Amino acid sequence: MGTYIPNTEAQRKAMLSAVGAECVEDLYAAVPREMLVEALDLPAGCSELEVRQKVTAMAAKNRVYATVLRGAGAYRHFIPAVVKSVVSREELVTAYTPYQAEVSQGILQSIFEYQTMICALTGMDVSNASVYDGSTAAAEALAMCRDRKRNKAYVSACADPQTIEVMRTYCFGSGMELETIPEKDGRTDLSAVTLGADAACVYIQQPNYYGNIEDARAIGEAAHAAGAKFIMGCNPIALAVLETPAACGADVAVGEAQPLGLDIAFGGPYLGFMAATKAMFRKLPGRIVGQTHDVDGQVGYVLTLTAREQHIRREKASSNICSNQALCAFTAGVYMTAMGAQGMRQAANLSLSKAHYFAGELEKAGLKRVHSGEFFHEFVTECKNPDKVLRRLDEAGILGGLPLGEDRILWCVTELVSREELDRAAAIIKEVC
Amino acid sequence: MKLIFEKGAPGQHLTLLPACDVPEVTLSNARTEPLDLPHVSETELTRHYTALAKRVHGVNDGFYPLGSCTMKYNPKINEDMANLPGFTQIHPLQGEETVQGCLEVLHESEKLLCEVTGMNAMTFQPAAGAHGEFTGLLLIKAYHTHRQDTGRTKIIVPDSAHGTNPASAVMAGYTVVNVPSSPDGCVDVEALRAAVGPDTAGLMLTNPNTVGIFDRNILEITRIVHDAGGLCYYDGANLNAVMGVVRPGDMGFDVIHLNLHKTFSTPHGGGGPGAGAVGCKEFLAQFLPGPMVAKDEKGYHFTVPAHSIGRVKNFCGNFAVVVRALTYVLTLGREGIPEAAKNAVLNANYMMKKLGEKYAMAYAGPCMHEFVMTLVDLKEATGVSAMDIAKGLLDHGIHPPTMYFPLIVHEALMIEPTETESQETMDEVCQVFLDLWDLAHENPQALHDAPTKTPVRRLDEVGAARNPVLRYNAG
Repeated sequence: MGTYIPNTEAQRKAMLSAVGAECVEDLYAAVPREMLVEALDLPAGCSELEVRQKVTAMAAKNRVYATVLRGAGAYRHFIPAVVKSVVSREELVTAYTPYQAEVSQGILQSIFEYQTMICALTGMDVSNASVYDGSTAAAEALAMCRDRKRNKAYVSACADPQTIEVMRTYCFGSGMELETIPEKDGRTDLSAVTLGADAACVYIQQPNYYGNIEDARAIGEAAHAAGAKFIMGCNPIALAVLETPAACGADVAVGEAQPLGLDIAFGGPYLGFMAATKAMFRKLPGRIVGQTHDVDGQVGYVLTLTAREQHIRREKASSNICSNQALCAFTAGVYMTAMGAQGMRQAANLSLSKAHYFAGELEKAGLKRVHSGEFFHEFVTECKNPDKVLRRLDEAGILGGLPLGEDRILWCVTELVSREELDRAAAIIKEVC
Repeated sequence: MKLIFEKGAPGQHLTLLPACDVPEVTLSNARTEPLDLPHVSETELTRHYTALAKRVHGVNDGFYPLGSCTMKYNPKINEDMANLPGFTQIHPLQGEETVQGCLEVLHESEKLLCEVTGMNAMTFQPAAGAHGEFTGLLLIKAYHTHRQDTGRTKIIVPDSAHGTNPASAVMAGYTVVNVPSSPDGCVDVEALRAAVGPDTAGLMLTNPNTVGIFDRNILEITRIVHDAGGLCYYDGANLNAVMGVVRPGDMGFDVIHLNLHKTFSTPHGGGGPGAGAVGCKEFLAQFLPGPMVAKDEKGYHFTVPAHSIGRVKNFCGNFAVVVRALTYVLTLGREGIPEAAKNAVLNANYMMKKLGEKYAMAYAGPCMHEFVMTLVDLKEATGVSAMDIAKGLLDHGIHPPTMYFPLIVHEALMIEPTETESQETMDEVCQVFLDLWDLAHENPQALHDAPTKTPVRRLDEVGAARNPVLRYNAG
């Protein structure tokens, strides 16, 4: 059996005698005897080498694709080597939440820097220290906009369906109402709903689930005209080249920050970012780091505005969140530092341009784009036989787009995919279609 | 220390991406604002973050007895396994036949951790303990709703509970009923009996509780709630004391969450990511968030429970954290799991005994995996508070215990050594604690002034909250 217990039998005996117990079972005297487990039905423990072999064998059963043309909420981008190197520092990996600020300045300062970068990216005034992922960030944002009179969230049907589902689950808990705003030509059709006096907020995703660019300003204006708040769920890479949520009038900007240096890793850990205007920031859930001074006047950082939080306010807290995704936020900060504004724009422009190139090649191969108008790095094409197309791509080591129903595919291209790979994929598709 | 924004110079950058090999495209509603991100060289970048890392106390830097947080050693094999390309490079929306290894990780983890907890089904979607609480409470809500038992609007929470418990209950749409603890720190059974009724949806409890005591009335407690028609939720934050020794399922709990980043040795990353796996009894499995993983003769596949509450997070949760926890459970196995719990309890009792020479304990021993000291008398005698002792520890390279929690104990310090600390380490640490006690009497000012050896000294938290500076602004 494997163990990480340092104490020897002799030491354990000495410790038992120090506490005045004959055996360790004595210490469990409060546990009703009939409840004690005799033996767990688990495999015997094993050595590190055996564990390595077992788990590596599981990993080997997964298929790693050389080329990935699938996004839909998880995006494979280039991750600079320096990111992993920095992020694997043991101090950061193994520390707890920075409750003891004097010995947590590294974490606190990194979060303060992350908050600053999220504000730079979104144009918003204040960012929190992170939440679990883009979907929970969106669900928490709805709750921020709720008040006694306004209990209804309007959510674009063009948002990620999983994110909408998470919002619904949160609303099942809180009792907030959720109505979807229908789609028209792959975009949010706000004219199809009437925002009533109970409208708490309007949520759209930018670029939306289909990759299309929404007319965010107009939707924001309509939301505000009805007295509702405006929430935008944003792709952080796109924000390097796309007008900011602040410029579009968003009250709250959230999103999935996995594209900022995190592996796709079968869905997690990812990173939910949340930023708000000055007027809204006290409603942000979760940790927020602030700058202050120590008794000697030295600049330092602390967890602040904790009066919003569960450990102080208990049932009156703005959210129950305690642990967040600190190391992922740290990773995103290192990624944005490594990329800089220039690198971020380059990643965005490469993804944008390659996606458009691929859309053109697919059209030549017979797969026409379904929607009109501008898109970022994802787009939907028609496809009569998605299974066959995707199977042929799969045989060539290419993970094709995500099938949407029986006759459409949602494609994604990032800077990781070369023109040769795109040409090769298009050629295979041309053969099939 | 300077911020990353104050380092380097405009124009400094890394060379990371190639030139565009396709015609360039621009968007019509393009960004017009500048993008103010740092501009540094790779050298400067690595030095900055290395300097930040040096200003953090992690488990590898020294003793970390943060009560209720189970800061045990984080085995390095776990990291290696989570970083296998066969996991990190897998898209969450790949076809089931191409992710059989990932599904096996989830299915095996479910099977093993259900056995450890006495549950029948488990989801790994929740990302943290509080997220697990929320999920578990929604299962309870879905259960009552499904039975059209709509009058159950209250969740009972003891006053010793973690703050997340009442906050989660409110997020799930419940009203919180606080029940007082009895003088021994356990649930006041009569108060509980008086609190339950036809409006009781459930009870949230951690056992051992937050003062480190196993509630010997646990079967009666869960029976009282069940008899009233409510369900019992187990907060698994303190499972490290009892894993493999006694199971929440056998105590009468219907739904639980586990903090994989506590009991199951995955690192906490300075605040996350964790994983808040939620397990439940068979009758609640139909309400779990989807998808779950099932196995048949063809292999593993996703399935959505019949009356699922819906997703609580995208994809399958913090998957890489689950890989680490599975690696840990496979390493320890059937003997190692209870062995870890028993040594965690032994270590805690050992420290309790040694510190009891001078410090007052809030409750008599034996304790489980942690114990709570109350420094009320010390403060009265010397003016030195729990906070002062905590700050004094920092100068000795020791991370302080959890302070001022649980709320029912005044001047509380809650100590949880975990099983991965050696007797030598604990002896050294106890000596520091005892020396600080003496120092409190001899020179209390020294402790009011502590720490002095840390990168910064005590920080002005009040000022930080009064005039919030929450981001860097270039002058």
